[in-house]
Amino acid sequence: MLNIEEIRSQFPILQTRVYGRPLVYLDNGATTHKPLVVLNKLQEAYTSFNSNVHRGVHALSDKASVEYEGARETVKRFINAPLVSEIIFTSGATASINLVAFSFGERYISAGDEVIISEMEHHANIVPWQMVCKRKGAVLKIIPVLDDGTLDMERYRELFSSRTRIVAVTHVSNALGTINPVREITRIAHDNGVPILIDGAQAIQHGNVDVQDIDCDFYLFSGHKVYGPTGIGVLYGKSEYLNEMPPWQGGGDMVDRVTLEETTFNELPFKFEAGTTNFIGAVGMAAALDYLKSTGIEEIGLREKELLDYATRKLEGIEGLRIIGTAPEKIPIISFLLEKVHMYDAGMILDKMGIAVRTGTQCAQPLINRFGTDGVIRASMTFYNTMEEIDALAAGIVKVKEMME
Amino acid sequence: MTIEEKQEKIVEEFSVFDDWMDRYNFLIDLGKDLDVLSEKDKNRDYLIEGCQSKVWLKPDLREGRVYFSADSDAIITRGIVALLVRVLSGHTPAEIMDADLSFIDRIGLRQNLSPTRSNGLLAMVKQMKLYAIAYSSKMKG
Repeated sequence: MLNIEEIRSQFPILQTRVYGRPLVYLDNGATTHKPLVVLNKLQEAYTSFNSNVHRGVHALSDKASVEYEGARETVKRFINAPLVSEIIFTSGATASINLVAFSFGERYISAGDEVIISEMEHHANIVPWQMVCKRKGAVLKIIPVLDDGTLDMERYRELFSSRTRIVAVTHVSNALGTINPVREITRIAHDNGVPILIDGAQAIQHGNVDVQDIDCDFYLFSGHKVYGPTGIGVLYGKSEYLNEMPPWQGGGDMVDRVTLEETTFNELPFKFEAGTTNFIGAVGMAAALDYLKSTGIEEIGLREKELLDYATRKLEGIEGLRIIGTAPEKIPIISFLLEKVHMYDAGMILDKMGIAVRTGTQCAQPLINRFGTDGVIRASMTFYNTMEEIDALAAGIVKVKEMME
Repeated sequence: MTIEEKQEKIVEEFSVFDDWMDRYNFLIDLGKDLDVLSEKDKNRDYLIEGCQSKVWLKPDLREGRVYFSADSDAIITRGIVALLVRVLSGHTPAEIMDADLSFIDRIGLRQNLSPTRSNGLLAMVKQMKLYAIAYSSKMKG
């Protein structure tokens, strides 16, 4: 059992008061807070080994390089990647997807080819594929979402053709919380001889991710959603693809030899890490992953299941409240609508009570529109939230209804 | 009443509330009291982009003065729109163009709106002024 009080004391920002009330932070799907071990690691990095990686022969640069490559090793172990050279540091999940969409697209996609995504995707896993399809004259195929917020797997199987080049699907829906059966989705893609990218931005912080078990060809996530710093992310890719794909951006560190006429590129993972990377962010993110491991991924999963069940029961009891997304497997995200209250009004009043939720399209307009609305109110929880905070949310919603109806 | 006088009146009305909850309840009441726009008028032409909630603003020029009617699908937004309509409606295009809407800050509305939301508020003001500019040039023409 996790000691929640002890855990909360590790996240200084949770003690904040807003408008004179204690903060109830239920916007963890947008970004998570950072534990002291991460903040201390960042402080240590800037005060004891800040120096550019892979460049200098001097002691600090050496130390920074060792820390940075150590962070890569930590990520590899965290997601059980086969090779450390298959872990590429990016600026975040969005950059990781753009990298694959561009580089994979350059190498493997041409006019008339097809790319499969789903109706459930965050804009970050839609727009880069639209861009590559437009550039290459390829076609985007969409897996529909069913009424409970799960993917239409039957329709998915039928979408493949001889022209399908890649599938890009999210592990967990940021707007609904649905956990997709990524092993099965991957197996179906591979049965059709097609590689697959899994967007893990909402999955990595909530449970075990084993890329060898999933067998996906690309997996990616952001540091800031997994209790790490902003501006750092990860792309895992199988080397059989990464080796074939051309670099995405050019610059320092990604090169082998440069003349003014021609350049040969460095090997993996450096080929995809042009310029000075966010090495301090990488080190901070590694500290966050270590923190999760030592806290216990399984215990975190159990705790979050409790929170989800409690919050679902609590909110379902409120008259006129409709939960959008009722998949059997969910992370602790609850998106909902109130029958007689506009989401914007609800968000404004909840904010005044110190309760942070997100209102709007959740960066997933096609999905939200599919449920016949312009936006939803999303409460996204994580293991440091408490039952009392869920009570505060429920009481807040009742108060909102009283004021508006 | 001039635009300035109307703003002073609103600031005075809000000054009796020292609690945010009362202030919002007042805005909600204003929202409920605002005349609704007909479904026919809630169309793309009158829709203001840039708000989380939908806002429709319909201008009308009568005897050299601009009259606004407006609506929103969110009540608090309706309350805010009602205030803007009350301040600017019935004035000449020149008066509307020159209006310095200090009441927004003074009744604590801007601080209570996050940047994206306050952009929505600013989008409403901008649209009202754009209509005034358009009428003004039409009247000169």
